[in-house]
Amino acid sequence: MKTFAQLIKKLDSTNKTNLKVHALTNYFLNASEEDKLWTIAILSHRRPKRPVNTTLLRLWATEISGIPLWLFEESYHIVGDLAETIALIIPNTEKSEESTKSLSDYVNEIITLRTLTDSKKKAYLQENWLKLNYFERFVFNKIITGGFRIGVSQKLMTRALSKATQIDEDILAYKLMGNWTPKNTSFQKLILEHNKEDYLSKPYPFYLAYAVENNFQNDLSNISNWAFEHKWDGIRSQVIIRNDEVFVWSRGEELVTDKYPEFQRFLNVIPNGTVLDGEILPFANGEIGNFNDLQTRIGRKNISKALLKKTPVILTVYDILEWNGNDIRQKPFSERRAILDHLVSNCNCDEIGLYLSNSMEFDSWEAAEKERELSREKRSEGLMIKRKDSPYLVGRKKGDWWKWKIDPFTIDAVLTYAMRGHGRRANLYTDYTFGLWDNGELVTFAKAYSGLTDAEFQQVDAWIKKNTLERFGPVRSVTPHHVFEIAFEGIAESKRHKSGIATRFPRIIRWRKDKPIEEANTLSDLKALIPS
Amino acid sequence: MKHPLLIFNDKGIYCQQADVYIDAWRPVDKCIVTHGHADHSRWGHKQYITHIKNVSIIKHRLGDIVVTGKEWNESFTINGVKFSLHPAGHIVASSQVRVEYKGEVWVFTGDFKTENDGIAEAYEPVKCNTFITECTFGLPAFSWTPQAHVFNDINNWWSTNKENNETSILFGYSLGKAQRLLKHLDPSIGKIYTHGAVENMTTVLRENYKFPETTLITRDTTKEEIKGNIVIAPPSAHGTTWIRKMVPYVTASASGWMTFRGARRRRAIDRGFVLSDHADWDGLLTAIKATGCEKVIATHGYTEIFSRYLREELGMDARTEKTQYEEEGSEIANKEEVNS
Repeated sequence: MKTFAQLIKKLDSTNKTNLKVHALTNYFLNASEEDKLWTIAILSHRRPKRPVNTTLLRLWATEISGIPLWLFEESYHIVGDLAETIALIIPNTEKSEESTKSLSDYVNEIITLRTLTDSKKKAYLQENWLKLNYFERFVFNKIITGGFRIGVSQKLMTRALSKATQIDEDILAYKLMGNWTPKNTSFQKLILEHNKEDYLSKPYPFYLAYAVENNFQNDLSNISNWAFEHKWDGIRSQVIIRNDEVFVWSRGEELVTDKYPEFQRFLNVIPNGTVLDGEILPFANGEIGNFNDLQTRIGRKNISKALLKKTPVILTVYDILEWNGNDIRQKPFSERRAILDHLVSNCNCDEIGLYLSNSMEFDSWEAAEKERELSREKRSEGLMIKRKDSPYLVGRKKGDWWKWKIDPFTIDAVLTYAMRGHGRRANLYTDYTFGLWDNGELVTFAKAYSGLTDAEFQQVDAWIKKNTLERFGPVRSVTPHHVFEIAFEGIAESKRHKSGIATRFPRIIRWRKDKPIEEANTLSDLKALIPS
Repeated sequence: MKHPLLIFNDKGIYCQQADVYIDAWRPVDKCIVTHGHADHSRWGHKQYITHIKNVSIIKHRLGDIVVTGKEWNESFTINGVKFSLHPAGHIVASSQVRVEYKGEVWVFTGDFKTENDGIAEAYEPVKCNTFITECTFGLPAFSWTPQAHVFNDINNWWSTNKENNETSILFGYSLGKAQRLLKHLDPSIGKIYTHGAVENMTTVLRENYKFPETTLITRDTTKEEIKGNIVIAPPSAHGTTWIRKMVPYVTASASGWMTFRGARRRRAIDRGFVLSDHADWDGLLTAIKATGCEKVIATHGYTEIFSRYLREELGMDARTEKTQYEEEGSEIANKEEVNS
């Protein structure tokens, strides 16, 4: 555990990507095969199942630290992380440096722990908490409670592993996909053994668009050089059909084939040697749903039949990167679209859940603007503008692809409750609840966590601490005083919300220091925004 | 009902019998000041009383003020009320204030820590009936490691950075923390450079205290000469253009708040050393016990939580009072801006 804890400490104590990669590379060069494999598993969110519930963890931790449970809870709200809180309140003793067990020893014990009785679990945890030093204790708790977020993405880890093993990053990324666990494979088998099929699923790097700038119409000049599409609000994906297999990659360069079994239907319809670029969209009852529906699919590892029926997905495709086994990214967009149009129109594509995102042309920006205004109705987020003669580039590049999003809804609301944030915002009040007027009372309508600068958050935090009305555990009600402009993308009626309304992605866009609370909006102003 | 010896009003902690304030936050006629940090020694009082070694510090900060210096344990009586100053161990020349009238004794800690840091005069428990205490770190999550370990880590960190050809930038308040760091850095590793705010304050303190040699970074200081050495700067220097001269550098902060991983990450600092000039949880409890007091008033920090613990778990008579000293968990960088 010592070497693993030191690794995590190093990763945690720098903001510099190079140093993180360096620390991980060194670790991968020196650790035992089993520890390496578990490190990869943990950093790619394949931790063992939680062996003990957190209520018991808290109780047992307070027992050996001799503090009352309420004090633990108060501390937890301030520290903002359960594993860290427990590690902090356990006393350091002469025994704290005693443990010599390795990471894999611990993980194997934690796996077995699930099967033991509560009293044995308690004895095990209390014994080991005292045998580990503070940081090891923290890491140990993190393995138990999960959510190992230490600023190491799977990509960064893959890069380090690539440096240590001299295996190409993209190939490693593929090798690390799927449902392996350290219990059913080995470092040798998973990472080192060469496998020809590793190349089969390789996606192309995604090309990403920039948001349009002010007066972009002048810059883009001749509108006839540009093609337009609606900008769909789903999961950007590449679907690869090669050698009678389908692979689905999300933009995060994560292989998500298993999450979307619908696309297996592409086999035998879309020819081998094809790579499509498009958007995965929820599509129940023959119409595009909203992003909330899709959330239920994203989070799930195992897709049940019921879920597949409730929230089926389609691929709305807008580009083709490989055709007949050839990389065609250098062909102009218009030519690629022609191939795509031909492919989609010559198969019964609706039956396999493959739809074409229509490519449009306009004579004037006014006409384009009119189409953009229909976005909400069509369940899109606005328009994409693509230069007709552009190749498919790598990464986010300015010039050829632009996104022209519709303006969000906005409303002025009053800050009513605040809660401390987590992680880097621990101990700062950064999670806010906002209310709108309704018959002289403020009714909660949304929570927002983002949109202020660090300096503004500090100001609001200091104000909240001085203007608290009541405390409810981690939550404080505050004197209604500050008005914030809140933006959101979607709005719908909802029975689950007190206000009767649900908003999508609410965030703060401005602190309206100029507005007294009397001038904040009302609930009926908000209701008026719901599309009829 | 008898009038309490000290009350909390809108100007500060007030002794009516003597017509004297302690650490007032608004201008008053006569004010006893515990130490030189900006939230305790404010501008605008007609007359200041403080420890003799604090006189040059507050004069440096507040300019031409009327101030009387007192020795430790030297009592002075104002309208029948007997006052004396006792070491608080927080920073150089920081005091607790003992107030006695008709056999009743109150003590206000100001800010304090129980560990002897080798510069600030070591904290001394003072028997009293009512103990007014800070509790900036009044949570069981705060438990300090002895400073010898921490300084060992700091010096190792500096050595490693030097081997990597990087400059070490260590953040700490220009009054107190900066000198504590300075005192315990190992000058055999390299040269110690300072930011202007730190250098000015240190120069003032050299009158009464001994520190290793420092070099002020000026316009003429070159990148090459700083490389591999250590720079002590106030937290407010983080993220400013001043710091560019030190590239390539590694940053660290020395503060009690570094206990929390989130606090360090929020400040985008590479390394956090847990080193505080306040008492930790055990320090606070030990200090309270040592005073033998019947009543505790918690003034700033996690006051509600701390006083609840004293009441419910230790059966003490404890309450909180609002002051304008450092609020719970507030970002101390603000304080530094007032300072420098």
